[in-house]
Amino acid sequence: MAGRTNLRTIPGFRALTLLCLFVLYAPLIVVTVYSFNASASITNWEGLSLRWYWDVFTGPDSGKFKTAAANSFLIAVSAATISTTIATLAATGMIRTGRFRARTLSFGLISLPLMVPEIVTAVATLIFFNAIALERGLLSILIAHVVFCIPFAYLPISARMQGIGPAYEEAALDLYATKRQTFTRILLPLMAPGIVSGYLLAFIVSLDDFIITNFVKGAGVETLPTAIFGAVKRGIQPNIMAISTLLLGLSILLVTLSWLVSRSDTTK
Amino acid sequence: MQTVMSETSSQNAIDVQNAVKRFGDFTALKQICLAIADNEFFTLLGPSGCGKTTLLRIIAGFDEVTEGSVRLYGEDLGALPPNRRPVNTVFQSYALFPHMSVLHNVSFGLEMLGKSPAEARERAGRMLELVQLSQFADRRPGQLSGGQQQRVALARALAPQPKLLLLDEPLSALDLKLRKAMRIELKHLQRETGITFVFVTHDQEEALTMSDRIAVMSEGELQQVGASREIYERPCNRFVANFIGDTNLLEVTVDRIEGARAACHLGGGHALICEAVEGVRDGARVHLSVRPERLFATAEPTGPEALAARVVENVFTGTDITSIVELAQGPRLTLRSSNSERGNRRIFEQGATCFVNMEAGAGRLLVD
Ligand SMILES: Nc1ncnc2c1ncn2[C@@H]1O[C@H](COP(=O)(O)OP(=O)(O)OP(=O)(O)O)[C@@H](O)[C@H]1O
Ligand SMILES: [Mg+2]
Repeated sequence: MAGRTNLRTIPGFRALTLLCLFVLYAPLIVVTVYSFNASASITNWEGLSLRWYWDVFTGPDSGKFKTAAANSFLIAVSAATISTTIATLAATGMIRTGRFRARTLSFGLISLPLMVPEIVTAVATLIFFNAIALERGLLSILIAHVVFCIPFAYLPISARMQGIGPAYEEAALDLYATKRQTFTRILLPLMAPGIVSGYLLAFIVSLDDFIITNFVKGAGVETLPTAIFGAVKRGIQPNIMAISTLLLGLSILLVTLSWLVSRSDTTK
Repeated sequence: MQTVMSETSSQNAIDVQNAVKRFGDFTALKQICLAIADNEFFTLLGPSGCGKTTLLRIIAGFDEVTEGSVRLYGEDLGALPPNRRPVNTVFQSYALFPHMSVLHNVSFGLEMLGKSPAEARERAGRMLELVQLSQFADRRPGQLSGGQQQRVALARALAPQPKLLLLDEPLSALDLKLRKAMRIELKHLQRETGITFVFVTHDQEEALTMSDRIAVMSEGELQQVGASREIYERPCNRFVANFIGDTNLLEVTVDRIEGARAACHLGGGHALICEAVEGVRDGARVHLSVRPERLFATAEPTGPEALAARVVENVFTGTDITSIVELAQGPRLTLRSSNSERGNRRIFEQGATCFVNMEAGAGRLLVD
């Protein structure tokens, strides 16, 4: 293409790219590497060891972390399950009931939370919970998580749904299936990759959330991110690096899984 | 009178009355009236976009008519959903379920009808045998060729033994040889099962070889409904004459109507006698359709109606030889004769002069 300039010939392009990659990934690499440090110092390298991983599970803070992790997983599983169910039904309704006037509006409403600054949502949710006098604790966290997980679950599901087309459902109806059988025997299996992918995304988003959780959690109720934040406020210990690395690993695993699942396409 | 009416309509598999279908302000079907008899192999033939699929979808129940009604064995279908109609469809896009095995695809309809899984599988297996795909029973549809997928779609639609089978261009993805074999197979299958077939195609040869009756459609309107031979030999208008087979469409002026015969002349003043049709009067300028195979060339005139002509070109097509000739001061004509000893005697060198003769009753006057 004659008209298109090659990006690589722009002066400073390579340097800028490297800088961006450095800023993005250097901290993660440092944390990961130092989580295997044998030293109690967070800056001096004294050799390879799993000491801090051991400390996470057995050290003085381990009880706190275990409760927080249990809370986090409980909330993430519940929030992902509920939000994925809602998102699946919403996608079915939005894409299969033909064109209706509020379709664009509905889609906007569903995706809006992705664009609203999280702190705004956090404050608004807190005010709302206060207004309806909802006691703060696991339930309030769960409700807040379900709400912000829905768009994350919705996007891969609706993308998948759009690719399916109405022909399979018509074929099922033609072969005497009821609407319900068509949904469970044809539509759901075809949507499965999108649903799994949406579920994993919702799960990871819930597991990682800090800001909203921190606002709506009650005193004494901690999730993993808020527990880590609490510990860091008292000074960064190497065990924080270990726990962060564990979370990072889990996130990478789930996101990769989600990507792989959404790519596998049974219709091809 | 009343009883006779209902009698005839209950014998029909399908009765479409004044069906109109609009999509927004686009009219896809304009006042369609159509009756399809039980056990009939009926073909809807027409160019792309003329509304064939739309009509099938209405019969299957995926779309509703904007106006008019559709009756199935005398029963008004109204808003009966597709899963309650004894009608199955072979879809233009197959729509095989990608997540199920071939066998499961075929047994799906039977299971939905409440047959036990074992019985459904057994019958589905027999259907696969019928379409010669038994060895692929455990494959996914995505692992089959286009032609094999089409046969699975056929087996799937036939398995629940519907009263009416709708086939939307089911042979379009096959190569010529397989398509020809499948035409015979389908026709055979239809005779054997006694199921009424409504077959959609835009291939006129396909329509002519398989159908009991054909409806020719264009732009949402039925142009002509009749038996294959009738449609081919007695087209009712220029569209049908042109769409079905090759033809010579010639502008003629009608000089006199004499009973059942019309004396006409062509552009160059060449006189012709042909069958009169309704709606043609003395002095009318209409079109004449003559099939190329009904014209033949001779060295000497065979009678007063032979037309002097000069050979422009001969085209060899294997089974036939097509000659294009030009009448003196008149139009060009296409002649076809079979590639046989007898046929080749009627072929003249390019540039040679000859006489063009029309078989008795071969010319058909078209009012529009
Ligand atoms: N859902 C729809 N909305 C608007 N227009 C439609 C719709 N379905 C069909 N049409 C129009 O109706 C006309 C007839 O379509 P139809 O699919 O029946 O054609 P067809 O005869 O089956 O053609 P083909 O041989 O290409 O399959 C076309 O002009 C098409 O654009
Ligand atoms: Mg079509």
